[in-house]
Amino acid sequence: MTRAVVTGIGIASPNGLGPTAYWRATLHGEAAIKPITRFDSANYWAKIAGEVPGFEAGRHLQGRLLPQTDHMTRLTLVGTDWALRGAGVQPNDIPDTDIAVITAATAGGYEFGQRELQKLWHQGPEYVSAYQSFAWFYAVNTGQISIRHGTRGPGAVVVSEQAGGIDSIGHARRQLRKGVQLALTGGMDSSLCPWAWVAHQASGCLSRNNNPKRAYLPFDRDASGYVAGEGGAIMVVETPESAAGRPGTRIYGEIVGYAATFDSKMPSREPGLKRAAELALRDAGMDASEIDVVFADAAGIPELDKAEAEAIKGIFGPYGVPVTAPKTMTGRLFAGGGSLDVASAILSIYWSAIPPTVNVENVVPEYELDLVLNEARHGKIKAALVLGRGKGGYNSAMVVREYR
Amino acid sequence: MSRRAVITGVGVVAPGGIGTKAYWKLLSEGRTATRNITHFDASPYRSRMAGEADFDPVREGLTPQEIRRLDRAAQFAVVAGREAMSDSGIEFDQLDPGRIGVSLGTAVGCTTSLEREFIVGSDRGKYWEVDQSYAVPHLYDYFTPSSMATELAWTVGAEGPVSVVSTGCTSGLDSVGYAAELIMEGSADVVVTGGTEAPLSPITVVCFDVIRASSTRNDDPTTACRPFDKTRDGLVLGEGCAIIVLEELEHARARGAHIYGEVAGFASRCNAYHMTGLHPEGIEMSDAINIALKQARADATDVGYINAHGSGTKQNDLHETAAFKRSLGAHAYKTPVSGFKSMIGHSLGAIGSLEIVGSLLAFEQDLIPPTANLHEQDPECDLDYTPLVAREKKVDTLLTVGSGFGGFQSAMVLKKVEGAGR
Repeated sequence: MTRAVVTGIGIASPNGLGPTAYWRATLHGEAAIKPITRFDSANYWAKIAGEVPGFEAGRHLQGRLLPQTDHMTRLTLVGTDWALRGAGVQPNDIPDTDIAVITAATAGGYEFGQRELQKLWHQGPEYVSAYQSFAWFYAVNTGQISIRHGTRGPGAVVVSEQAGGIDSIGHARRQLRKGVQLALTGGMDSSLCPWAWVAHQASGCLSRNNNPKRAYLPFDRDASGYVAGEGGAIMVVETPESAAGRPGTRIYGEIVGYAATFDSKMPSREPGLKRAAELALRDAGMDASEIDVVFADAAGIPELDKAEAEAIKGIFGPYGVPVTAPKTMTGRLFAGGGSLDVASAILSIYWSAIPPTVNVENVVPEYELDLVLNEARHGKIKAALVLGRGKGGYNSAMVVREYR
Repeated sequence: MSRRAVITGVGVVAPGGIGTKAYWKLLSEGRTATRNITHFDASPYRSRMAGEADFDPVREGLTPQEIRRLDRAAQFAVVAGREAMSDSGIEFDQLDPGRIGVSLGTAVGCTTSLEREFIVGSDRGKYWEVDQSYAVPHLYDYFTPSSMATELAWTVGAEGPVSVVSTGCTSGLDSVGYAAELIMEGSADVVVTGGTEAPLSPITVVCFDVIRASSTRNDDPTTACRPFDKTRDGLVLGEGCAIIVLEELEHARARGAHIYGEVAGFASRCNAYHMTGLHPEGIEMSDAINIALKQARADATDVGYINAHGSGTKQNDLHETAAFKRSLGAHAYKTPVSGFKSMIGHSLGAIGSLEIVGSLLAFEQDLIPPTANLHEQDPECDLDYTPLVAREKKVDTLLTVGSGFGGFQSAMVLKKVEGAGR
């Protein structure tokens, strides 16, 4: 079976731009949930978010791209540039038809969209941007990546809320099996504009606590919802043969297992997260005992936390595996978050350390979880399981392993 | 033994009628269902026509709660999904739910509802800070289109892999291609797939107005979409949904199911060229066609019918005509081509699935639906576009293609399956 290795990681996270800054901050438990600055949050009950600081699109992208892109596309394009640079891929290294682009989205370019909707309804149709047709739809990032890098292989976009960030990478691996050499994959979400914010508030999942240290507390007895953020990760995933074509290419790790399931509407049915994890392990041909860390979905909503804790306990036993949720530092990043968790798991393996979960103080004892709290845990990590759930019933699981 | 993905059930909501029967009647008679927009006051806009579905959710059996909660596109998916389930003859509640998946295509998701709620919350765009007190409880479902796949998954009782595939105007083909991959790799035995779109709202109309992609033949809406005709002046929007039950071949055979055809080959390509423009050579679409044919173990000369993208823009007509010739060579000239958008408009992320279903029905009936409104063929488009009248022809292998914003080019090969029952 064709193998899939990660050779490049581009990250835009509230606590760090680029894999080095992100990893340093994440290992140190640097939280980046703060009062919203991107718009005036005075009139909204949720006032904190994980914003990516210090991102100046104009420093990275040509001027002509700025009027046609939403913030989330700019983050995506820059993240992709970094991933490709890290992987040492030069134009013409790989035939353009052998490169796939598979991204995940939860929202489209909604800040851009809100601006154009406002123009349409307040000023008139003639004021609407000629770029609106594609700047806000869900397919935009795949299209723009393909154009920027001249890739002419398969293109796809999957939407399954937070789980989509994992699904996109799973689908990228599928493309490698179908014959492409390399895939640019992952997700970046950003929807920090009033219109999108009202929708986030309506989800019923945001915490009503506006203290950045007390708002997002997955698995804690005070769990009260999550905090929304922006950012994510784009990765270069390729076959080992393709990577070997560029001597000296660093291989961070390998994607060895993936599965997705869905929760029934019927309360009598068991939620599908455990099954997704088991199927991903089976796909990897691995036993639970070989997993050194679980990157949890960590919804921060008591029922969902309980369900996830039960799934983990069901597979690994009580306190059977270290569990962590670095997203407590950034907030949930939706499709971007699923991809960022996979990137974090890969970095964990590469750097032999488990990043901590922050702010959580009182893990519900019945969960029987070995949650890695406050301080990174150092030591050899051979394999990690990443869990992700999307609102509406989506469950995805991915197993990553050191490359041998 | 490799697994094969076959189609055993279809359901449709389309302009011109609800249900597969009404849809086939429209296509086979070559009638058009494009008209002046009635969903909202379109008078301020440049293009004021669309293929609208006469969809009454109450008559289609949706509950008041569903009607209030669900975007129109999600309502379409539920209704067409129920038709497809019943058509397939599968007892869904007898299957292992973990082996049922969903893959739903949509290009713009719940835009219509998002816009409606924006207008209320911003007081018609007066306020940048949208008022939170007007937010409806299910606003987040409109925010992310995965809510629509959730709805379809609930309808069919799926607990396997579920996703929305959103690749703009090729979503309806790509979602079915994705579903076929799930079956072939063994992740599911049945995947309910297809595409849905109800984009007819001011912002969508304006999107196409400002780039002058849509037709302005507002005085003659029924003949406004004229693919391959030299008088064409752009696309006409549409709405609709097609849901397809895709099943593993042996699974279908074991229950003696009627099999419409097999998704024998599928490929997508990015053109890396332009977010809205197409290169006249059609190289990437041709690449996609070649790969799909190869996967289907079919030669170019096996193709008996090409279901074109046929959006009604000149750049598309030239682009796909070139792609067909590049892939099929001399055989392209002998192969009937037709475009359904001339009849039902361009329903963005749904149209690819509507085209698949129409093509499958052409298989069944040995009848190729025509390209409507094609009176004066553009001399630069020199293939056989089956003008105006359906043509009797027995077809075993057909090709359907799509092309969309973002540079996506997709091709699917559908084949008849021997011993297909009924």
